[in-house]
Amino acid sequence: MVYLAAEHFVRSPQWLWYILFYFFFAGLAGGSYAVATLLRLSGEARDEPAARIGFYVSLVATVLCPILLTADLGVSWTRFWHMLVDVTPGETGINFKYWSPMSVGAWGLLVFGFFAFVSAAEAWLSDRRGSPLVPPFLNRVFNVVGAVLGIFIASYTGVLLSVSNQPVWSDTWSLGGLFLASGLSGATALIGLLMRYRPEAAFSLARLHQAAGYFSALELALIIVFFVTVGAAGTLPRVLPWLALWALAVAGVAAGLVGARGHMRVMMAGGSAALARVRLDTVVVSLLVLVGVLALRAAVIFSAQ
Amino acid sequence: MPTIKAGEEYGFFTDTSVCIGCKACEVACKEWNQLEGNNPTFLADSFDNTGDLDAQNWRHVKFIEHVPDQSATTGDGTAWLMMSDVCKHCKHASCMEVCPTGAIIRTEFNTVFIQQDVCNGCRNCIAACPYGVIGMNQQTGTAHKCTLCYDRLQGGLEPACAKACPTQSIQFGPLADLQQAADVRLATLHSQGQTQAQLYGRDDKVYGGLNAFFLLMDKPETYGLPNADNAKLPSRNDLGGYVGAAITAVLAIVGGLIAFRRRGMG
Ligand code: SF4
Ligand code: SF4
Repeated sequence: MVYLAAEHFVRSPQWLWYILFYFFFAGLAGGSYAVATLLRLSGEARDEPAARIGFYVSLVATVLCPILLTADLGVSWTRFWHMLVDVTPGETGINFKYWSPMSVGAWGLLVFGFFAFVSAAEAWLSDRRGSPLVPPFLNRVFNVVGAVLGIFIASYTGVLLSVSNQPVWSDTWSLGGLFLASGLSGATALIGLLMRYRPEAAFSLARLHQAAGYFSALELALIIVFFVTVGAAGTLPRVLPWLALWALAVAGVAAGLVGARGHMRVMMAGGSAALARVRLDTVVVSLLVLVGVLALRAAVIFSAQ
Repeated sequence: MPTIKAGEEYGFFTDTSVCIGCKACEVACKEWNQLEGNNPTFLADSFDNTGDLDAQNWRHVKFIEHVPDQSATTGDGTAWLMMSDVCKHCKHASCMEVCPTGAIIRTEFNTVFIQQDVCNGCRNCIAACPYGVIGMNQQTGTAHKCTLCYDRLQGGLEPACAKACPTQSIQFGPLADLQQAADVRLATLHSQGQTQAQLYGRDDKVYGGLNAFFLLMDKPETYGLPNADNAKLPSRNDLGGYVGAAITAVLAIVGGLIAFRRRGMG
């Protein structure tokens, strides 16, 4: 029997494709809600269409999350609700372990699901009416609470991996922040991409790219922290076979950064030819960013297993 | 064998210095617990043909074959080590700490037990157990591991592996008795010049103490066991993980607010 990394003797939990896509959609769900809220907080009425795209995206991604998680349970899928309710004979009650991210996450997903649903419904009804359904102040208070939950949903998956004894995952504190930053840049990319179907939202595009630039910079910093911490723990050799995925993730980050720069310039230059280029740029940049979001999670998940 | 009483602490003392690698424990465990075993494969790299602890192997005799070039002296067990591995029934159990469903409980015998009707197969315990003990049973969709023969204890019987072990490498009993027996055995080995012999999990240095603890003839790492410095609970990363995420969140929000601030455009 050969044991590679001296300090880890664990078995792999075999969290594979369902979990990878769950992490991806959780990042987009939480990230979109947070970005949409930030757009609303700008106080600029013309940001509202882009914000509503964000709330729609968030709901769709949120709906996919429990489906993927339940599918991952295999033949025990009918017991998904055991996450919330302890069915131990004679000791039935609510399950909530604040020290277990999976337990907190199950509740987080449930409560965030409520916020995602209400905000998307509000956006839809307001779209149909042509005027806001709820007074803006109330809406913003609700959105801020939802955004905090969204930030939790986008980040706790990284903390969950770290709260284990797996090589790589448990050797770094960076995963929560890393998944959050990448979820936020993925969300801006997706909202930007969907603006094709809602032209009036394009007003926010340039600033969305600028925000994506900040999120990408954060992500890059955290990727460096990840490699430094994992390197210090001596488990870097487990990461190396997945360098191609890391390259894709970094390409996504680079796309986010380049996109932000490009848009600053285009914004200043103006003109319709420039705008047409923006469209094409946005598609390419957004797709690269989204592939990067997925690749980052795949690289992290697979390196321990 | 004293009568087994609920409310008392029980465990295993596995003395690897007398293990002969016969695998009677593996067989007895499978028989009692009706484990079918994995499909036979011939690993051909060792006398260990079992591989790992998993859903079908709740006892696993590890063979550590560091055979030196010069022949070992008679009775010098360091060249060829055998160890019947098992769930350690940790005092501070990583598996129990993370389990979101409450399926993992401490029994009236102070052992760690996975309730099959509560577990939903999330596999968080597998990610957490530092000893690679737990495996998924694909038929039931639940996590499986050594129960320390919970059903036998309830019926006043000692666990099947301890009963079957022909060399008393596996000893079962009240924890305090086992600890005493281990101290005596360690002293004997030391007096015979076997200074490398050491107890693992006898005191609280690893996971607050192990109900299934060992006498080893080499460093814990040689047997694939984390040493006291590396034996850490998953929750050690809770705070750091959330703080890292929170700092990122604050920076991202500031970035977002700067990017989206109203600039009187258009
Ligand atoms: S050895 Fe693993 S499965 Fe057994 S109690 Fe300890 S953490 Fe749980
Ligand atoms: S697989 Fe079962 S025992 Fe393991 S953590 Fe999940 S619910 Fe608990």
